[in-house]
Amino acid sequence: MYESTWIFCLKRILTLPFVLLGVSILTFVFIRFVPVEPAEVILRLARVAPTEEAIQALREELGTDKSFFLQYLLWGKGIIQLDFGTSFVSKLPVAHELFVKLPATIELAIAAFILILGLSIPFGVISALYKHTIIDKIIRFFSILSVSIPAFWLGFLLLYLFSLKLGLFPTNGKGTPAHLVLPAFALALPTIGLFVQLIRSTILEELQQQYVQYARLRGLKSSVILIRHVLRNAAIPLTSLLGMTLGNLLGGAVIVEQVFSWPGLGRYLIESIMNRDYPVVQCYVLIIAVIYVLANLCTDILHRLLDPHLMMKGRRD
Amino acid sequence: MKFVRTKSGNLTGLISLFLLVITGLLGLFAPILMPHDPFAVDIAKKFSVPSWDYPLGTDHLGRCILSRLLLGIRYSLGSALIIQLVAIVLAILLGAFVALKRGLIDFLFIRLCDILLAFPTLVLAFGLLGILGPSLKNVLIALIFTQLIYYARMIRGLFIGINEKDFVQAARITGTTGIQLIRRHYIPNLLPSIVTIVALDIGKVILEIAGFSFIGLGVQAPIPEWGMMINEGKQYMRQHPELMLYPGLAIILVVLLFNQLANRLKRLD
Repeated sequence: MYESTWIFCLKRILTLPFVLLGVSILTFVFIRFVPVEPAEVILRLARVAPTEEAIQALREELGTDKSFFLQYLLWGKGIIQLDFGTSFVSKLPVAHELFVKLPATIELAIAAFILILGLSIPFGVISALYKHTIIDKIIRFFSILSVSIPAFWLGFLLLYLFSLKLGLFPTNGKGTPAHLVLPAFALALPTIGLFVQLIRSTILEELQQQYVQYARLRGLKSSVILIRHVLRNAAIPLTSLLGMTLGNLLGGAVIVEQVFSWPGLGRYLIESIMNRDYPVVQCYVLIIAVIYVLANLCTDILHRLLDPHLMMKGRRD
Repeated sequence: MKFVRTKSGNLTGLISLFLLVITGLLGLFAPILMPHDPFAVDIAKKFSVPSWDYPLGTDHLGRCILSRLLLGIRYSLGSALIIQLVAIVLAILLGAFVALKRGLIDFLFIRLCDILLAFPTLVLAFGLLGILGPSLKNVLIALIFTQLIYYARMIRGLFIGINEKDFVQAARITGTTGIQLIRRHYIPNLLPSIVTIVALDIGKVILEIAGFSFIGLGVQAPIPEWGMMINEGKQYMRQHPELMLYPGLAIILVVLLFNQLANRLKRLD
């Protein structure tokens, strides 16, 4: 049956509410695994003796004495009204603090993303074009090395070399573009290594295709074949990885932000985990999941639009 | 088994495997090989330079760095192997069960996977650890769980794929059943892919364990897991960068070897 791109997109968008519903249920269930009682945590944070009456009173205030299903409905109603609960520590709305910290993490992720595209494409192409030469071997060694380095260790190495010894970049904080360079590089490097390997193997595969031989026979210049045909086709499978890359960057940011004292979401998450500030942890997981689901949706649609094979396959079925 | 036979003659893969086996043996016999007690604090000897007695010097509490690195093999490499082994065994049981049952169970399984995969893996693991609290046991639980989701889904796909192959259909028709079928057809056809998948991720898991220790959500001091050693050394980065250097290099070396090995296996698969 022929399925047009529009129908594919529509179907994909229609499943979105179900996935988001599932995600919200799971996030809610997941916070119930806390080995301690939330009311007790709040009292301990406020340095109040957790007596039986005080805990019972707070339970009623928090609504944790109600049935599980009712609690979910109340929580879900709050989410729809963009009320994600109150932080145990600061007593401020959770959403407010998280959205204040979100731009710093997004800034870091975008900078890392630019580095990934800017570095992995040229190195991947060079590695493929000069395959089995010494250049290719060096690039391949470094790409495997870069996926084998712990990001936080690399972060400290960069700090030690470029900030402490050479004084080229500031050690921590955020503000100028110079602050962004080292954290973005530490965050991007593992993905750069992965992409270089993938770009190399995809281009080598494309070069074996018949259309390349045909284009050569037609007398097209190698550079024209490479840019107009091979690179365009090689880009298609890579677009399907963009969503996953964003997920890796958001996860990796938690660690990298810690090294460079970057005031983003990740650092706030760790701080909240240490304080047992569960509403913040819950809200963080939910926000990241929503961003990730939307990114994957965009990736799938983009992949579908770019890849003529998928449409052909739809037609043949 | 194809991958065992064709491995010979593949030098890089063999060397990586050989070095990894040596590392594993060093970890296994660490209690005999360690020159000192890795937990013995001796403040008088802190930050000693390398000597015959302390080949890599001592750390900020005067503990022997070499002894700690050797015992750390058990925590870094050992935990990663346990995680991968448990995750893949559970995934094979779950994936095979779902693939053979199909129907409603299969449908629910796929939906549940879709929802779980809506969370970036690392974020899910951070969340789980945040809830369960930091400890080695909880690191194992969180990582086994996140790996299991991917593997179970992948193995379900592999099983369904092979079920539809002509030779399996033929074997069924001619009356091959149960254990015979699994031994003759499923294991030889699936094992190479499964071994490759597991090997490909061991490096990633070692890095994740180290990352959790580093941000304080994983293994706790004084356990000499390599990520924890880096964490402990970070306060002394300015004067004594070697405290971070040795465990960092140990992680890179082991992960690099696993990645090399996995790359070779992937090419054979």
